[in-house]
Amino acid sequence: MTGAALEQLLVDWEMVVGLEVHVQLKTRTKVFCPCSAEFGAAPNSNTCPVCLALPGALPVLNAKAVELATRAALALECTVQPVSIFARKNYFYPDSPKGYQISQFDKPLATDGRVMIGSRADRSPIRIGVTRVHIEEDAGKSVHDRYAGATAIDLNRAGTPLIEIVSEPDLRTPEQAGAYLRVLKQILEYLEVSDVNMEQGSLRVDANVSARRRGETTLGAKTEVKNLNSFSGVERALEVEFTRQVGVLRVGGTVLQETMLWDATTGEVRPSRAKEGSHDYRYFPEPDLPPLILSLAWIAKMQHDLPELPAARRARFATDYALGPYDVDVLTANPRVAEYFESVARTYGDAKVAANWVMGDVLAQLRASGADISTFRVRPADLAQLLDLVSGGVVSRTAARQVFGRMVVTGDPPGQIAEREGLLQVDDDAQLLAWIEHVVEEMPAEAERFRAGESRLQGVLIGAVMKHSGGRADPRKVAQLLVAQLRA
Amino acid sequence: MPISIADVHHIASLARLGLSDARAAAMAAELNGIVVHLDALANVDTAGVEEAIGVGARGAPVRTDNGPPIPLERAIDAFAPNLRDGFFLVPRLASHESADEA
Amino acid sequence: MNIASPSAASLRDESCEGTRAPSDTARNALAHATAVGAGPDGLNIFVAIDEEELDAHAKQATEQRSDTTPGLLMGVPVALKDNLATMTLPTTCGSRILAGYVSPYEATVVRRLREAGAMPFGKTNMDEFAMGSSTEHSAYGPTRNPLATDRVPGGSSGGSAAAVAAGIVPIALGSETGGSVRQPAAFCGIVGVKPTYGRVSRFGLVAFASSLDQVGVFGATVDDAARGLRVIAGRDWRDSTCADVAVPDYHLAGASPVQGMVIGRPKEYFPASLDPRIRARCDAALDHLRSLGAIIRDVSLPHTDLAVPAYYVIAPAEASSNLARFDGVRYGMRVEGDGLRAMYDATRSQGFGDEVTRRILLGTWVLSAGYHEAYYRQAQRVRTLIAADFSAVFASGVHLLFTPTAPSTAFPLGAKQEPYDMYLSDIFTVTANLAGVPAMSQPIGRVDGLPVGGQLIAPHFDEMAMFTAAYALEKALGAEART
Repeated sequence: MTGAALEQLLVDWEMVVGLEVHVQLKTRTKVFCPCSAEFGAAPNSNTCPVCLALPGALPVLNAKAVELATRAALALECTVQPVSIFARKNYFYPDSPKGYQISQFDKPLATDGRVMIGSRADRSPIRIGVTRVHIEEDAGKSVHDRYAGATAIDLNRAGTPLIEIVSEPDLRTPEQAGAYLRVLKQILEYLEVSDVNMEQGSLRVDANVSARRRGETTLGAKTEVKNLNSFSGVERALEVEFTRQVGVLRVGGTVLQETMLWDATTGEVRPSRAKEGSHDYRYFPEPDLPPLILSLAWIAKMQHDLPELPAARRARFATDYALGPYDVDVLTANPRVAEYFESVARTYGDAKVAANWVMGDVLAQLRASGADISTFRVRPADLAQLLDLVSGGVVSRTAARQVFGRMVVTGDPPGQIAEREGLLQVDDDAQLLAWIEHVVEEMPAEAERFRAGESRLQGVLIGAVMKHSGGRADPRKVAQLLVAQLRA
Repeated sequence: MPISIADVHHIASLARLGLSDARAAAMAAELNGIVVHLDALANVDTAGVEEAIGVGARGAPVRTDNGPPIPLERAIDAFAPNLRDGFFLVPRLASHESADEA
Repeated sequence: MNIASPSAASLRDESCEGTRAPSDTARNALAHATAVGAGPDGLNIFVAIDEEELDAHAKQATEQRSDTTPGLLMGVPVALKDNLATMTLPTTCGSRILAGYVSPYEATVVRRLREAGAMPFGKTNMDEFAMGSSTEHSAYGPTRNPLATDRVPGGSSGGSAAAVAAGIVPIALGSETGGSVRQPAAFCGIVGVKPTYGRVSRFGLVAFASSLDQVGVFGATVDDAARGLRVIAGRDWRDSTCADVAVPDYHLAGASPVQGMVIGRPKEYFPASLDPRIRARCDAALDHLRSLGAIIRDVSLPHTDLAVPAYYVIAPAEASSNLARFDGVRYGMRVEGDGLRAMYDATRSQGFGDEVTRRILLGTWVLSAGYHEAYYRQAQRVRTLIAADFSAVFASGVHLLFTPTAPSTAFPLGAKQEPYDMYLSDIFTVTANLAGVPAMSQPIGRVDGLPVGGQLIAPHFDEMAMFTAAYALEKALGAEART
């Protein structure tokens, strides 16, 4: 299946997609008990009477989970409800210790939000509705492949806080679904409410997919696609499932309302073996938890305390720093990178130069090491100082690269490194002339042609001098001296 | 609305209660003997009446995001029916088997 | 058979003074429990007692002598219903599915008892998971009524009621969902209190129906029950439904006068079909209260007849969910089967008895698609109407209500075979659970030698008014309460 084939299908058929996104909230303790929510502990060691569902244990709500969920809901422009109700979703599964999951059902925390995911070809903005955001608890983990004939249950994750973000069926292409997820992830990163890492399971996506002929206004039968484990996987799975559905509809068939599983290795969707209609979750209000009541003043404070979100930051970077859209996107992709850049730009003064360094050397280093910028050894003030050294003629641009390389390793201030490593720029005529002489001896032909008037060879000669000086020569001064020496 | 034996099997399945046909039939009879009295509720005019949620409650109290955890005075292996390497073991499920199949 | 235990107040005072050793109290109670439990006609009150543990509790209680203020229940043995989590004795809820299960944590109420110097004294028999009104539906067999051994003690907290009625302990804890303390208190001729919903922590009380459950207290006398409640009541962060409301000294309520109190007599609790002898006992009690200066007023709670149907939708619905955790995965009984599904089905069908199975099925059904609206949600609306009846009558200047506790006296073992017949024994008690208001039963006389209970119902968190009337009535009735 190629992109072109999908384009072809989309001429006559419309894809209708809504996404359900589960996001793990970054709290220290679980949502209904004070057990640690940290990963990696020995199986069932982060458990207590509550998350083991021992007889007589009761849930108590974690204030931090409410706060993080509220922040997420407000950032998605939802209306946060002053009263929301926890409900029990009843089903049996060994990693669901109570036999029900505490979630929210007909009165969720927040409703009616939206996410802007860019614009169409005609420049009209694409707005994806957010139906609801609600708080719920995670299940434990089932390990199927460790013991012969047995599934192993670890309840360390049981009871860690999640929010579920349900979109309206507003997505029309796989690319839009991908864009929605990327925008969502970025917003949540800016809010610092979650690690939002799909590989590690702190962000999970299920997709509701249906197809209909162009022009139809009613929704076709939908399937729910599960087991999606990456953003690109979501896009591919949507394409495959949509194509399958159109194939069925085109020959007059009916799409069965069922759960499909995406297989990333084979690139196929296949029906899960679950019998439809056999799940009846028998939701009812959780009697162990009174309604969650949030005052309007508290909600307003949460709104007020929201950090600057990606869209606002992009707009501001474009205006305040006169950066082009590409630079803005790169610099704001990650909130900590954006803050890093901004700190360098403010200290140093020239945003364009700061942007080039951050987008170039800094991001390259981070990509190479896989490290996060929060642990990067070159702090913004030190980078700004390095840029000052360059613009002040203390080190050359070339030497600055080397200094930067040492800063990444040692974390030492740039001046100190430049001095220690002998990378301070040399503008002493005698030394520069000695280097020039050396180059002229090594490259007599080029020197002669330059002397004869072939000016474009100046660059070659300067480069050779720079190299010979270990980057220390002041290139402007070298240029002057070359002219004075060879053309005088 | 009488409850049929098939209904009993359905709800028993939702509740994970294995019932023989004979027991299901007996349960159907007993449940119908109860439900006939519950039908009195249908005759009450409850237009405009809110459902009772959290009787006498003033809103959920919250706790701070801190430990310590509620201690277990006895280790899990003191009560778990089948524990191995710290895991609770249950009969094997396929990795994508859902709650409905379990 | 019916040897009264020393009162909680005297046990505490003598223990403080050192004229009585808590270990002697414990030993005497143990000997008494053993005596009444023996033989084929034994009362079958306790499902677990541990002599060593009791010694340890007695020792702890004795150590409080050196405290500046020893606990209110220092040296007092208190029996515990088998659905309260205890860390040495098993907690089985009278069910096979929890046979041998020992909780790794302790219920808040049990901890508070210990901190007050009480000696937790054995676990008492109960209807399985508190579902029943006779203590016949227990994996351990039925408990007998100490006052008439061919009769039931009531239920579901029948073991705790019998422990007090038999004079083994002055105080016992039970639990209420629809009358499981008040009805057995009435049947056994003792005092039984269901506090306001939210007055006592449910942490460690094995849930039956969370929105109705509340730990309750049995006392041989009003004062015993008042002291018991004083100790266990109050805010607990581990229970989100436990209210942050100051706990007054209930055992001082007797000092307040009944003079001027308005006591309502709701006509719905005195239907034409009510046994005239029970009616007569209630009216005699009301006469006593009137002669003490209370104003008796006829009132109406018009939705009363809907309480049992609403209760038998809501309670099973919540129970079907609360009992889902008993699945054989993490604790309790497991019956292996071919695959997980078979393990679940076998564990749960063999682990639960008939009444529990019936209620899980009923609760699953009223919550299931297609019936949810007609039954579950409608019952929750009716519950609102029932609660509004109480609010209206209390807002009209009525301080307390007085009613019979149960429509009959203790019935013979095996008498109620039809489930709904059994359910109707809760007819006068479920209303208070649905509305969340406090209520208590106390003995007001006998019919054919069997105790009759009179019920006081108070507004939310006004247990104090209830105890004031109860102390006064107990005093006014004197020996009449037991004749």
